[in-house]
Amino acid sequence: MQLVIGGVSIGCIYALVALGFVLIYKATEVVNFAQGELMMLGAFLAYTFISILGWNYWVGAAAAIVCMFFAGNMVDRIFLRPVLGQPQFSIVMVTIGFGYMARSAAGMMPGWGTETYAISTPFSSEGMQLVPESMGSLVISQTDISVIVATIILCAVLYAFFTHTRLGIAMQASSQNQLAAYYMGIPVKAVFSMIWGISAAVAAAAGILLAPTTLIDTSMGFIGLKAFPAAVLGGFGSIPGAVVGGLIIGIIETLAGFYLPPGFKNVAAYVVLLIVLVVRPQGLFGQKTGKRV
Amino acid sequence: MRFLFKTDYNQDIRIAKHSGYYWSYGLLLLIVFAAPFFLEGYYIGQLTQLYIVAIAGVGLMLLAGYTGLVSLGHAAFFGIGAYTEAVLTGNGIPLPFVEEPVVFSFFISMPVAAIFAALAGVAIGIPVLRLTGIYLAIATFAFALVIEEILSRWESVTNGYSGLLVESLYVGDMELTDGPPFYFLCLGMLLLVLLFSINLLRSPTGRAMMAIRDSEISAQSMGVNLAQVKTKAFALSAGITGLAGALFAHKLGFLSPESFTIFQSLELLVLVVVGGIGSLHGAIFGAIFVLALPQGLAIMKDYLPVTIAETPGIEPFIFGLILVLVIIFEPYGIYGRWLKIKLYFQMFPVYKKATFKRQKAYMKSERLK
Repeated sequence: MQLVIGGVSIGCIYALVALGFVLIYKATEVVNFAQGELMMLGAFLAYTFISILGWNYWVGAAAAIVCMFFAGNMVDRIFLRPVLGQPQFSIVMVTIGFGYMARSAAGMMPGWGTETYAISTPFSSEGMQLVPESMGSLVISQTDISVIVATIILCAVLYAFFTHTRLGIAMQASSQNQLAAYYMGIPVKAVFSMIWGISAAVAAAAGILLAPTTLIDTSMGFIGLKAFPAAVLGGFGSIPGAVVGGLIIGIIETLAGFYLPPGFKNVAAYVVLLIVLVVRPQGLFGQKTGKRV
Repeated sequence: MRFLFKTDYNQDIRIAKHSGYYWSYGLLLLIVFAAPFFLEGYYIGQLTQLYIVAIAGVGLMLLAGYTGLVSLGHAAFFGIGAYTEAVLTGNGIPLPFVEEPVVFSFFISMPVAAIFAALAGVAIGIPVLRLTGIYLAIATFAFALVIEEILSRWESVTNGYSGLLVESLYVGDMELTDGPPFYFLCLGMLLLVLLFSINLLRSPTGRAMMAIRDSEISAQSMGVNLAQVKTKAFALSAGITGLAGALFAHKLGFLSPESFTIFQSLELLVLVVVGGIGSLHGAIFGAIFVLALPQGLAIMKDYLPVTIAETPGIEPFIFGLILVLVIIFEPYGIYGRWLKIKLYFQMFPVYKKATFKRQKAYMKSERLK
């Protein structure tokens, strides 16, 4: 049970990154291989605001998220709009290229560099008892709670945004049928940029939440690769699926690390991914669809 | 401008389109065969490396460029080929019915390495071929990560992170895996692979592959057996890449799992994209690019201001930047640019800029509806 809690906490991070993937994929059919790098940039921005400039934790985190929103917007405008309409493969390669650039740019920035950093957070990593002593030991740290609570809040906000605002509904429309959305007067390109912004902001939030657990360095973007299994497991393109998939992957990984020989922890997520792709390619929540010619 | 009037089908599928091909490619062959007699050892080594990377590039090009299946895990096949070669030619492996452990001769181990990689290709190919587009890419990606972990954990065979020494090979007294002999070996392999690919691409299988790339549905309705052709493409591509891996094992002389990570897979993809997707020339150009870029940057560093030159990690930045720029401005890569330059001189005064202009593309949905 203790393991499951740890798994849920790391799973929430996967879920948030996967959420970013899914948002972009659902709306623009681009698979963003640089999602992990966006998360890394977000974490570094937060580090700059909080540790270097000495701002309050909450202010710094919010500023980082807002900055990443605009950064995501710019990424779409600069890198992706020129290749709009080209085969998906080219677009994927563009995101991979952007990932390379982001990673080495972060390494070159003065003050960031290739070392490992920590953000001081208001959450302590000490454990708290969840159940009375008599029922055994079940500990959860404030850091883990912060991750879980923040994930829930973010999901709720996103849900409300997509169902109750004009912009959110426009986004849903353009993800369902771009051409029809265009005909209805939705500025599809601007909507794409907004989606990228939101997705980058979610990634930044994930990065900030992850910072106390794994610390910040330029290679933290590789966590983003773990979010692929999460997104596929949930059915690529399903937002609740991404969250559930992330949680499942997190739990499986933690359990595999405990019960199986070393080495399995790293690949457990990918083995699950392969099995899911073979057995049920549409994932848990995806729709099974035929192709119309 | 040379006009070719084709009067029969054989003329259409000839390898040399016209007599100019004999001159240009003959000259190129002459140069590469004469090169080791003029160059220093370092450059021979670099050219050998180039040929090996080019073989792997051709392997991936068959899959990504001609069949339209993107593999993000080709380093896995590369690694399987390399490790198979190292183990087979190494200390020998015990076989049933044989008293002594058998050390394989190079001429057997090399094809076996390629076949092993091809089998791995089929093993991953058959289950994932039902997938298309991005799912396939992700599945091969996951496969590569699993293989990478196996290479580092299966210590009785691969020796894990402490690495595996590759024995040098001798034919008579001559060391085959170093210097000019190895150069000619790799060059010969590259030529064989290229000839094989050219022939494959003008055969029914190759045409079926291209049909699948252009439209799966129309290929299927023309009677192409999708699963069969895709599996073949996967196996051939993996086999050729495995062959490159086997040569690479001798080039490195020392294998460790770090040589076969996901970054190598990405580098192979970058090779294919920058070189020019959908052309065998592209694989060669791409290999030159991938190998020359770090060298070029190292030379450039001498001329740059110290603050820029001393910054660590500028290399991947430029790598990524070039990748993005190529996709945005020249989707057919170096080879595409070469075609344009060639046509400009062929047509000289009347070259029209719009000759290669792409049709205005709208968002093509790959999503199943």
